[in-house]
Amino acid sequence: MSAAVVNPAGRAARFYEAPIGKKAVMAITGIMLVGYVLAHMLGNLQIYSSNRDQINTYAAFLHNPASAGLLWGARTVLLLAVILHITAAVQLFFQNRAARPIGYVKKDDVPASYAARTMVWSGPIVAAFVIFHVLHLTVGAVMTTRDVGGNPITPDVRYNVISGFQNYGVSAFYIFAMILLCMHLYHGIWSMCQSLGISHPRYTRGLKKASAVLAILIAIGNCSIPIAVMAGWLTD
Amino acid sequence: MRITLHIWRQRNASDKGRMVRYELPNVSEHMSFLEMLDVLNEELITKGEDPVAFDHDCREGICGMCGCMVNGVAHGPLPETTLCQLHMRHFKDGDELYLEPWRAKAFPVVKDLVVDRTAFDRIIAAGGFISVATGSAPDGNAVLVPKDNAERSMDAAACIGCGACVAMCPNASASLFVSAKIAHLGLLPQGQPERERRVTAMVAQANQEIFGSCTNMGECEAVCPKGIKLENIALMNRHFLGANWAGREGVEAD
Repeated sequence: MSAAVVNPAGRAARFYEAPIGKKAVMAITGIMLVGYVLAHMLGNLQIYSSNRDQINTYAAFLHNPASAGLLWGARTVLLLAVILHITAAVQLFFQNRAARPIGYVKKDDVPASYAARTMVWSGPIVAAFVIFHVLHLTVGAVMTTRDVGGNPITPDVRYNVISGFQNYGVSAFYIFAMILLCMHLYHGIWSMCQSLGISHPRYTRGLKKASAVLAILIAIGNCSIPIAVMAGWLTD
Repeated sequence: MRITLHIWRQRNASDKGRMVRYELPNVSEHMSFLEMLDVLNEELITKGEDPVAFDHDCREGICGMCGCMVNGVAHGPLPETTLCQLHMRHFKDGDELYLEPWRAKAFPVVKDLVVDRTAFDRIIAAGGFISVATGSAPDGNAVLVPKDNAERSMDAAACIGCGACVAMCPNASASLFVSAKIAHLGLLPQGQPERERRVTAMVAQANQEIFGSCTNMGECEAVCPKGIKLENIALMNRHFLGANWAGREGVEAD
């Protein structure tokens, strides 16, 4: 058996070297990202508020200079989570490919869900969407965005979102990315639990259902916004 | 019944290998799958050709020696059944079957459908054992085992190490095999002394053998001839995380 590893750095390295360690990193960063996606969606749904300024008030609250440290702290943590999640995924992808250099002439994948088999595609496409989404609505580099005056200057989220989604291309890409995100989470949320060793015959079935429901709710909540804009229900 | 076989033929480890088509016009539905291959081989020998090499031993589904991919499914279409226990009555006249060896970097092809599975032996050697007191035989029931744990351990111990889980896994991961061994020993009081070192060492060895990682798809569970559950992989992950973060090995007293 392996010799005792005393120093913490050695232990962390041994932990990460094992695929289970990498999967645990993916699971923990995955939980953080799902938490963010959920909070982000709940925040965005304020666009339906009867108070038309509600979403901009929320944006002003998030951009409050008094808590800029908190905002940038959260952004840094999220970026780190994304980097760790993707790094571990890429390393595992290449390791898994190396584990089967010669494939089958005929292979049946009956039990594995479509979502589970396409994680490696849904992941990168969602990542590409996130980059576009940040450039579009956070940086304002894709289309003209507007600020509401005030001090400090805060973005006119309501205008930016609605004018953005009036472009069918932007809406289509958004909805496509949300469907892929839904698939990614459909397998991912339950998979995170399994990777962290959370499994029990009494709860596993329910856990799988709950993760599917959460994934679908996130997709419905998010997709409703571009659909409402394109249908003309949401106007500036 | 008439069966058409497409079999992976590969003379040795360095041969490139190819699929070869064989026609079997008179297959009895009472034959087992391996008996059908025996009949094919007799024909090949009579014709002076090289018979198809395939692994087999007990032919009663308990040794873990046999197995190949049948139309892309390890051990063929019948659940919880090894290839030797699969009978031709489960196929129909005119079926075309593709037979391929287990495919994994860690399972190199020896010849035709035979692969070298000693990687599994090295994983077992890394930690799949318990230390026992030598001397006189212990009293029966001297060590009490909770009934539930005994059952779960026995279910995991049903693993015959055939390698179907690796063959079926899209990542060629050995997680189901390794986790079955870890659950088998780790759930019993006799397995506690090495519990933390076992999971660390076996997981490291599987990694060194270049098996892939688990992406929780469940293909292994679906083809396992002994019905080993995916839950064992969660148990292995739990034990591994526990051993790494809460284990006291190498920790000096504060």
